[in-house]
Amino acid sequence: MTEYNFAYLDEQTKRMIRRAILKGLAIPGYQVPFASREMPMPYGWGTGGVQVSAAVLTPKDTFKVIDQGADDTTNAVSIRTFFQRTAGVATTTATSDATVIQTRHRIPEEPLHEGQILVYQVPIPEPLRFLEPRESETRKMHSLEEYGLMHVKLYEDISRHGHIATSYAYPVKVEGRYVMDPSPIPKFDNPKLGDMAAIQLFGAGREQRIYALPPYTQVVSLDFEDHPFEASKADHPCGMCGATDSYLDELIIDDLGGRMFVCSDTDYCEARQAAGHKGKDAA
Amino acid sequence: MYVAVKGGERAIENAHAWLAEERRGDTDIAELSIAQIRAQLSLAVNRVMAEGSLYDPDLAALAIKQARGDLIEAIFLIRAYRTTLPRFGASEPVDTGAMACDRRISATFKDLPGGQVLGPTFDYTHRLLDFKLAADGEVADAPSRDAETGNVPHVTEFLNREGLIEEAPHDDTPPPDLTREPLEMPADRALRLQALTRADEGFTLGLAYSTQRGYGRNHAFVGELRIGSVPVEMDIPELGFAVEIGEVILTECETVNQFTGSKTEPPQFTRGYGLVFGQTERKAISMALVDRALRWEELGEDNVGAPAQDAEFVLYHADNIQATGFLEHIKLPHYVDFQSELELVRKLRREAGAQQVQEAAE
Repeated sequence: MTEYNFAYLDEQTKRMIRRAILKGLAIPGYQVPFASREMPMPYGWGTGGVQVSAAVLTPKDTFKVIDQGADDTTNAVSIRTFFQRTAGVATTTATSDATVIQTRHRIPEEPLHEGQILVYQVPIPEPLRFLEPRESETRKMHSLEEYGLMHVKLYEDISRHGHIATSYAYPVKVEGRYVMDPSPIPKFDNPKLGDMAAIQLFGAGREQRIYALPPYTQVVSLDFEDHPFEASKADHPCGMCGATDSYLDELIIDDLGGRMFVCSDTDYCEARQAAGHKGKDAA
Repeated sequence: MYVAVKGGERAIENAHAWLAEERRGDTDIAELSIAQIRAQLSLAVNRVMAEGSLYDPDLAALAIKQARGDLIEAIFLIRAYRTTLPRFGASEPVDTGAMACDRRISATFKDLPGGQVLGPTFDYTHRLLDFKLAADGEVADAPSRDAETGNVPHVTEFLNREGLIEEAPHDDTPPPDLTREPLEMPADRALRLQALTRADEGFTLGLAYSTQRGYGRNHAFVGELRIGSVPVEMDIPELGFAVEIGEVILTECETVNQFTGSKTEPPQFTRGYGLVFGQTERKAISMALVDRALRWEELGEDNVGAPAQDAEFVLYHADNIQATGFLEHIKLPHYVDFQSELELVRKLRREAGAQQVQEAAE
């Protein structure tokens, strides 16, 4: 695909996106509007993340793409192939070897290090959207730091269900200022958002927003003193590698509804198996 | 036993190969050419150009072929291609008064300068399947005469002379560019029209229809509908004047709407406007009705809460490429989010169950 520029987008567009990224890094958690382009993959399939990756990738980078924690899910394969073709960058599945990681719905289990960039695909960047559908209103609420509605929602959950009934895309507050949607990661991943060594960039293509967390930013999951935030996962070890500290997918393995639990982070699981760890369902 | 899924790459390649085969279909049947699509499915080509925001009938025909006739998919191909094109500059505003009209009708005046020209319309055809076409589609030449020369004045200009219709003030402010700046609210009329001209035809039609049925009613007369070609001129800085760089076919619809006056405006007719690439009259009329409905605020009308009056609702949901992408993304894996919901529901059910047992015991 020599007829396209490095990483598909033209330099002016990349410059526009980089400016939005820099603004986002300067105001952590603030949603920066940007003139999202039509990409050759559908809106809702990671066009925001793809544009952010295109803007930050350099020829020397090593790129990793995960979807639901896995390198081998179809859309992750498709995005990885896209950048192999249009940017010719090296790719990897090993979390620690990657310099840029594009992700959908997960943060890798292995802690990231300085110099890495984690790019999130974001469907609905506005944490207040399902409380207030109007963009003109929610922008006002952010600028006035008017987050009462969100606290009322969380409180109503507790009074009705005894718990906050949000299990993914769990809202966070950044540096005591902006309430931010961490993208639909399970709340299990929320504690990894704060104080992370890597740069975290969030791209929402259809909604035309970019936001960011610079390294070592304070990120707090919203909660109440008497109902503290709790990261949760299935209460099992991984059937393949035996890990007890990783987020698990539940699989149905026979006609009788038999189940097993496996790490959603395929790289983490494979590395552990290679190091000799074995779960109860491993061959 | 569970084996981690591998080989997504090969599955995708094979799926694409199968898709290509299905697109071609039965190889005993002659392949469809771009020229055939362009010439014989021209209204599909027009829709793809209009909603793809790119005036190129050959590329639109290619996109339709590649998309197996799925027009939204074809529009998507055109939009993605459009992203990669460099922007040399902007044309001068086109003068639709100088349009070489193939069709020009007014529903408000029986006769008028320039006349009523029906043009190639389905309007008065009886919708009877023409089985003859199945065997042989050749037709005799249609009668022809020389084209009228000279400008065809806009109907609304006649009304304007009497002051019966609101002024459309001349405004030289460069319009915002929807494709280069993020869409932000409030959107001025130029930006709204820009979004509407590339909006999904079905969505725009549905909204326009809803205003006719009373959801923000603004009874519209088609003051004029015209279809034809206009020259496109571009200012060339090196030359110091504008030169004609080509022609485009446009459909323009101006509606004249009832208006009994408001706190700020006197009783007068008001305007709705539609302008769309190609022969696309359903879309242009729909656009004009929705444009008029969205103007409630500047005309001092009441917001009756109708969907077509709500600029945020209309503009954020009118783009079929955004809509179809987000809608279809729910096909993608959501194992992780679903897993977290599973755990939450199990937990809530466990606790609700325990509570019931306790209540029964008490």
